[in-house]
Amino acid sequence: MTIRHHISDPLLMAYSAGHLPEAFSLVLAVHLTLCDDCRARLGAFDAIGGVLLEAGNREAMGPGSLQATLARLDRAAPAAPSRRGKDSVPAPLVDYIGPDLAAVKWRSLGMGVRQAILPTDTAASARLLYIPAGRAVPDHGHRGTELTLVLQGAFHDEIDHFGPGDLEIANEDLNHQPIADLGADCICLAATDAPLRFNSLLPRLAQPFFRI
Amino acid sequence: MRDPIHGVGRKLGMLQQINHQSAFEKADAPRRLTPYAGRGTAFMSRRKGGSVTVEDGQDDWNVLILRVRDHRDKGAFAALFRHFAPRIKGYLMKSGASASLAEECAQDVMATLWQKAHLYDPTRASAATWVFTIARNRRIDALRKSRRPEPEDLPWGPEAEPDQYDTLALAEETAKLAEAMALLPDKQRALVERAYFGDLSHSEIAAETGLPLGTIKSRIRLALDRLRHKLS
Repeated sequence: MTIRHHISDPLLMAYSAGHLPEAFSLVLAVHLTLCDDCRARLGAFDAIGGVLLEAGNREAMGPGSLQATLARLDRAAPAAPSRRGKDSVPAPLVDYIGPDLAAVKWRSLGMGVRQAILPTDTAASARLLYIPAGRAVPDHGHRGTELTLVLQGAFHDEIDHFGPGDLEIANEDLNHQPIADLGADCICLAATDAPLRFNSLLPRLAQPFFRI
Repeated sequence: MRDPIHGVGRKLGMLQQINHQSAFEKADAPRRLTPYAGRGTAFMSRRKGGSVTVEDGQDDWNVLILRVRDHRDKGAFAALFRHFAPRIKGYLMKSGASASLAEECAQDVMATLWQKAHLYDPTRASAATWVFTIARNRRIDALRKSRRPEPEDLPWGPEAEPDQYDTLALAEETAKLAEAMALLPDKQRALVERAYFGDLSHSEIAAETGLPLGTIKSRIRLALDRLRHKLS
């Protein structure tokens, strides 16, 4: 897998700091699972957090806190090894959709495009999008940030071509119409922190029902 | 300009070129480190009146975590607790936790360190960095009642031993990063602190951090490559 579109520094720093909505963190976690270069960059941002922690304010712990913590240690079981994803579903997504992409319950958005909304905190929403080969998502702009990560297949829009693992970061400045490549159906993981701005009437009318 | 950090980036970028030319990125470089100051990692201390001091840690926190891992050493744990727990509590209070919640969470974080010591990789994160990531996750859970999905873990392979050279190299890069952060002008440093401890959103964070992250990133990338190689 050759990944060409990566996580921006501000997003990676906010993810390291722990200030992103869950939906955004999920998209980034999937990209980081697939991209060691971004994983290494994340390590550098985590190191900033380490330096700040080391140099930061100290607040005295209450008397007996060490004893209380020591007393807990023998009761605590070692942390379980983490889950591994199946071929088609990267590990961070397994908690949300299970281990099998084929088992996802899709709902139609019209024109053959389907979605499945994932349960996350409400600061942003996350969904899987299924775009049949050659089909398009209606063209739209953005009121906030939209992250789109390709899980399967590929799409192109006004910006570039996006294949498996690639991340597109869209903001207020971008109007685009993602179109799935002809060869295969495209499945994406997308997250937005504000409703999209559809340019034609029909999708706009349908928007509230699809929570997109 | 929405990006007040920007100008400093160039300045530090130059510093990085002068000071951070790293020999070990060349494939045939001898596996030897530049002289490594003391046993501990040098960290910046709080600046007073604009002056900058860098001090050596008295203990090698990496070694203590490995003692916890290998020997379930409660003495080592107590030393880690005395060093890190007050800092975790400070971090959590700065992030908006009450003193009692911060106290409770700091204990949780230290207990997690005990439980997860076998997952600690000193070639990819310094002790303070690793503790920060645990504290951050506890904060998201306790203060924001939210989740932060994590990338798939890269577990240790059959040879579950961190490479000593990689460990030292990463410690050295972390020390250099600490020095660079100590040199940031107060305003820039305050912005980085707000990104980590405050509530600066991703759209408010400047595209240019002003910090030389290239070499530490390369170190971690190398460690990841070695790990992938062992796993395959």
